[in-house]
Amino acid sequence: MENELKVPTMVELSAAGQQPDVLFWVGCAGSFDDRAKKITKAFVKILNKAKVSFAVLGTEESCTGDPAKRAGNEFLFQMQAVTNIEVLNAYEVKKIVTACPHCFNTIKNEYPGLGGNYEVVHHTQFLKHLLESGRIAVEGGQFKGKRITFHDPCYLGRANNVYEAPRDLIRKLDAELVEMKSCKSRGLCCGAGGAQMFKEPEKGNKDINIERTEQAIEVTPDIIAAGCPFCNTMMTDGVKGKDKEASIAVMDIAELIAQAEDL
Amino acid sequence: MDYIPNILFAILLVTGIAFFTKNVKKLIRNIKLGKSVDTSDHTSQRWKNMIAIALGQSKMVVRPIAGFLHIIVYVGFIIINIEVLEIILDGLLGTHRLFAFLGGFYSFLIGSFEILALLVIVAVFLFWVRRNIIKLKRFLNPEMAGWPKKDGNLILYIEFVLMVLFLTMNAADYQLQQMDVAHYTKAGAFPVSQFIAPLFQDMSVSSIIILERAAWWLHIVGILLFLNYLYYSKHLHILLAFPNTYFGKVRPKGQFDNLDSVTKEVKLMMDPSADPFAAPDENAPLPEKFGASDVMDLKWTQLLNAYTCTECGRCTSECPANITGKKLSPRKIMMDTRDRLEEVGKNMDANKGVFVPDGKQLLGDYITNEELWACTTCNACVEACPISIDPLSIIMDMRQYLVMEQSAAPSDLNNMMGNIENNGAPWPFNQMDRNNWSKES
Repeated sequence: MENELKVPTMVELSAAGQQPDVLFWVGCAGSFDDRAKKITKAFVKILNKAKVSFAVLGTEESCTGDPAKRAGNEFLFQMQAVTNIEVLNAYEVKKIVTACPHCFNTIKNEYPGLGGNYEVVHHTQFLKHLLESGRIAVEGGQFKGKRITFHDPCYLGRANNVYEAPRDLIRKLDAELVEMKSCKSRGLCCGAGGAQMFKEPEKGNKDINIERTEQAIEVTPDIIAAGCPFCNTMMTDGVKGKDKEASIAVMDIAELIAQAEDL
Repeated sequence: MDYIPNILFAILLVTGIAFFTKNVKKLIRNIKLGKSVDTSDHTSQRWKNMIAIALGQSKMVVRPIAGFLHIIVYVGFIIINIEVLEIILDGLLGTHRLFAFLGGFYSFLIGSFEILALLVIVAVFLFWVRRNIIKLKRFLNPEMAGWPKKDGNLILYIEFVLMVLFLTMNAADYQLQQMDVAHYTKAGAFPVSQFIAPLFQDMSVSSIIILERAAWWLHIVGILLFLNYLYYSKHLHILLAFPNTYFGKVRPKGQFDNLDSVTKEVKLMMDPSADPFAAPDENAPLPEKFGASDVMDLKWTQLLNAYTCTECGRCTSECPANITGKKLSPRKIMMDTRDRLEEVGKNMDANKGVFVPDGKQLLGDYITNEELWACTTCNACVEACPISIDPLSIIMDMRQYLVMEQSAAPSDLNNMMGNIENNGAPWPFNQMDRNNWSKES
């Protein structure tokens, strides 16, 4: 089963004269980070199961430029953006789905001004659509009675007002959705945004991911659900830091759905 | 001789308004030191924002207790101003309770003002308790030490005194009406001050008249002084909240501006027909400075933000960096921007309207690199602000200056950016391995 991932690339499809319905933008974390790769694969399994016509850019994909822009390097951001837009436009891409809220935000909001206009959706929105249109069916048996709390990624929630798609999916799992003290528009950051992922934090009395993990632990979840590879890393580290990895799992929404489908 | 009070009143009124106008002009001049920005888009959305957020106080009630108390003071402020109109006309014309001809409606108005005045006194007292007895954390951050703390309390004292004067004036008036004193025609309803009036019943008519006049004069003079206090205080928000919510961000919070000056350079670099060895055009204007190191590099809307900030600290109390003990406080970013802008304005006042470089700037002298690098760009501060201030945009502009003008990024970030430049990912992985995950089991 595991070896049967079907991941067509744009260059292959284009050579065969085909155009997929949607481009899956994998992102750097989804491509290279061991933990995030699992999310990528879980999402692809669902796409395969639902027979979604999709493709990836593969080696033609490059960083969207988000961390460079948030670090203040507008030059590098725009170089990346313009290069990516050239590739996307050459393949006449119309719709993009991504499992990374940072890629989602950048392509959706900051690429149009530089000539890149696409319909961009986050994978939780895409999965919700697949579910509602009956292309996948989720049986919640596995998660019945489990307490799941959703950690809002800043660049999905506050930045783009997407709060309900991930929560709707959790409810479909028959799980008990529990909310942390700070949630939705007042959700607390995991500490990774604004290029913080790639540097040591400034001097303080606590790490942000620990603060957020403590908020999560307060609601005694079985699972902390995430919708961002960076949040996932931060929360996983936080749970380990609190010695709770035996009782609390940190999972992406795509992984929850894939697991519910026994994929 | 009969006209002396009228003339005195007119002089006070004109002086008070003239001095205020002078400061408003200074305010506008200072805000215009910022860079221009196109705000002609989304007109209907902007009006809606102003009506909902400033007029409707929609974001204040996110925190119900402070929100509720604030609405009382806000409604009191707006409605009691109708009474100020009457007071001004009475003062100029030498009349007493000019609007009394409205009859029952007048009684309704005065009665409402009295109830609101009492509610304002209660709300102001509770605000004072929150700041001074309960000592809410957000009022005690380091940036609140000194003047900001005094300013916050002073505003509460002034509002308290104004309301007490208003009720004293009415109570004395009511007592005189009961005693059928000429000039004090029976008008209005006094649901609150009728309980204060008995305190005066043993006083002589002339004493009560002096008391009524004193309270009347002190009340209106107090209002004129308060009006002129605004410019020197965080309390400017009562006026600037309206334009600020109109000019606030109307795009998704995650959308940061793309710098046009950079786009030009990038397009040139990507253009295969551009001659890299071409001599630069001698008439070309000096290249624009990237990012912001001082207030003049910011947009005027950001400077308006700074003057609008009322230092409530909701931004700072939601900031993940601040919560975990880092130096960054979004409120301090706004206060520093305002304080530096004021310093620049004073410099211009002293130098015939021209800014003479003073060897200082916003970056370094007010805001440190450490604060700027602690931000996660999570937008919690922007979401928390009840009047659409965007501290994040200032942080980003200053980061751009640090990185593009000074190459002063933390070394970890330089590594990250080097990786993106070399291999298209923030980590040192080979671009050609990007799709390997699809072949792994």
